[in-house]
Amino acid sequence: MSQRRALKIGLEIAVPLAILAAWQAYTVHLDSSKFPRLSTILVEFRDMWLFSQFGTHVVPSLERIGLGLAIAVVVGIGLGIPIGLSRWARLWTMPHIEFWRAMPPPALLPITVILLHSIGNTQKVAFIAFFCLFPILLNTIDGVRSIDPTLLETARSYNIPQHERIRRLVLPAASPQIAAGMRTSVSLAVITMVLAEYFSSTNGVGYVLLISKNTFQFTPMWAAIVLIGVLGYVLNVLFLFAERRVLAWHRGWRASQA
Amino acid sequence: MASRLASLAGLMLEITHLAKTYGEGAKATEALRDVSFTVEDGEFVCVVGPSGCGKTTLLKCVSGLLRPTRGDIVLRGNRVTEPPEEMALVFQEYGRSLMPWASVRNNVLLPLRHKPIRRDERGQLVEEALESVGLTRFIDHYPWQLSGGMQQRVAIARALAYQPSILLMDEPFASVDAQTRGDLEDLVLDVRDEFGITILFVTHDIDESVYLSDRIVVLAQAPTKVKEIIPVDLPSPRDQIETRRLETFAQLREHVYRLIKREKAKKQQAPELPEPVPLSGTEV
Repeated sequence: MSQRRALKIGLEIAVPLAILAAWQAYTVHLDSSKFPRLSTILVEFRDMWLFSQFGTHVVPSLERIGLGLAIAVVVGIGLGIPIGLSRWARLWTMPHIEFWRAMPPPALLPITVILLHSIGNTQKVAFIAFFCLFPILLNTIDGVRSIDPTLLETARSYNIPQHERIRRLVLPAASPQIAAGMRTSVSLAVITMVLAEYFSSTNGVGYVLLISKNTFQFTPMWAAIVLIGVLGYVLNVLFLFAERRVLAWHRGWRASQA
Repeated sequence: MASRLASLAGLMLEITHLAKTYGEGAKATEALRDVSFTVEDGEFVCVVGPSGCGKTTLLKCVSGLLRPTRGDIVLRGNRVTEPPEEMALVFQEYGRSLMPWASVRNNVLLPLRHKPIRRDERGQLVEEALESVGLTRFIDHYPWQLSGGMQQRVAIARALAYQPSILLMDEPFASVDAQTRGDLEDLVLDVRDEFGITILFVTHDIDESVYLSDRIVVLAQAPTKVKEIIPVDLPSPRDQIETRRLETFAQLREHVYRLIKREKAKKQQAPELPEPVPLSGTEV
């Protein structure tokens, strides 16, 4: 058993290392400015992100993601609970939600710049929040609907007032699904952040991507790509870590049901 | 024990001509046709009947969760139209009536949070209730870390902490194993004495109904009426071995068993047996 575990951990480390080594070997062999050596990209990465431009470009991007996600979470849960609780509310809101949810983010990019008269933070945060809203909203609605009717009857039989019922029963019951929606939104936030910054911006990781494209600087572009990948990965890991702690009961409960 | 007889003074619950029909028109299902009985203060009344005879419907009407089509439910002189403050309900599905995200303490605390009592008093009620069901040690556990029987004891503790004057129980021990069931039966009898609580207990288990109750209400096949109300003249306190060995126990058990078997047979032979339709509210 422990031997299998050792093998598993070994593979988890060895496979990425092997891929990176292959990447390096291939780029050395290729010797192309469009596809620079991995070592060159990593040096550029360190120079750009870890020191000089972290404050000017990475911090603004992170702020936008954070703010956009926070708005999406508050609005998504705030709207999702009443909609999930009421059949009537679902009847007249669901077509609208389904319509906007199906909208590809780039389609709305130009109009947000025009409507919000800004290429600054308002437009970007609004853009990120809007698209991150839907996974959270839909999952909240679903989570609220899936609450066990026996639990609601228990609450009714004890005359538990509505606000207590929402706080103590509905919200915790829906929380595993809300978390699933939030996780989708975290990756959507990175996507929409890059998109918004690439389209119109004066700073941020997406902006760096745009500038390096316009000036044919491929090494910074690659460094930006690596950064965006790392960002998405780290955010997801952080989220999973938080979820594990907050929803520990859910894992235990699920295991006990088996 | 004499004090218990003395407490059988007033009328706790009065159910008169209760009827419940689900749906309307051609799709209507008549679950209860005409159910009347009373529960005295401090009494333990079991409701038994063949499966599918509307026992749960009856309990949901009595608890105010379901609006009856006809008839009245009066709790201590007040008509029940919504769940009354002095009533607590224990469901069969303990696993689904407890919150898996909350500790045993917080599960028991749930119905007390909105009550106008002091915080420390609330905590004390929770601890006392858990002590009387023997779960003090598990106060900080999650319900799903406990066995089925222990989970149902948490649900019972929650009902007790709510300080009801009447406890309704809907087949509470139907999904625990036989030994645990015996323990829980005795536990319920103990807390009835300790808290001086009135209990209306629905079950399909005939032995259980005889063992627990002061009176048994036997329901007929759906559409449901009361078949017979049987006083249970067994000595208190009850004992799993001694009580069940008594001649009276065997006779009562046999009597209830025959009643229910006859009901089942009636259903099988003539499912559409025409029964006299009572004119609403005028029959005796």
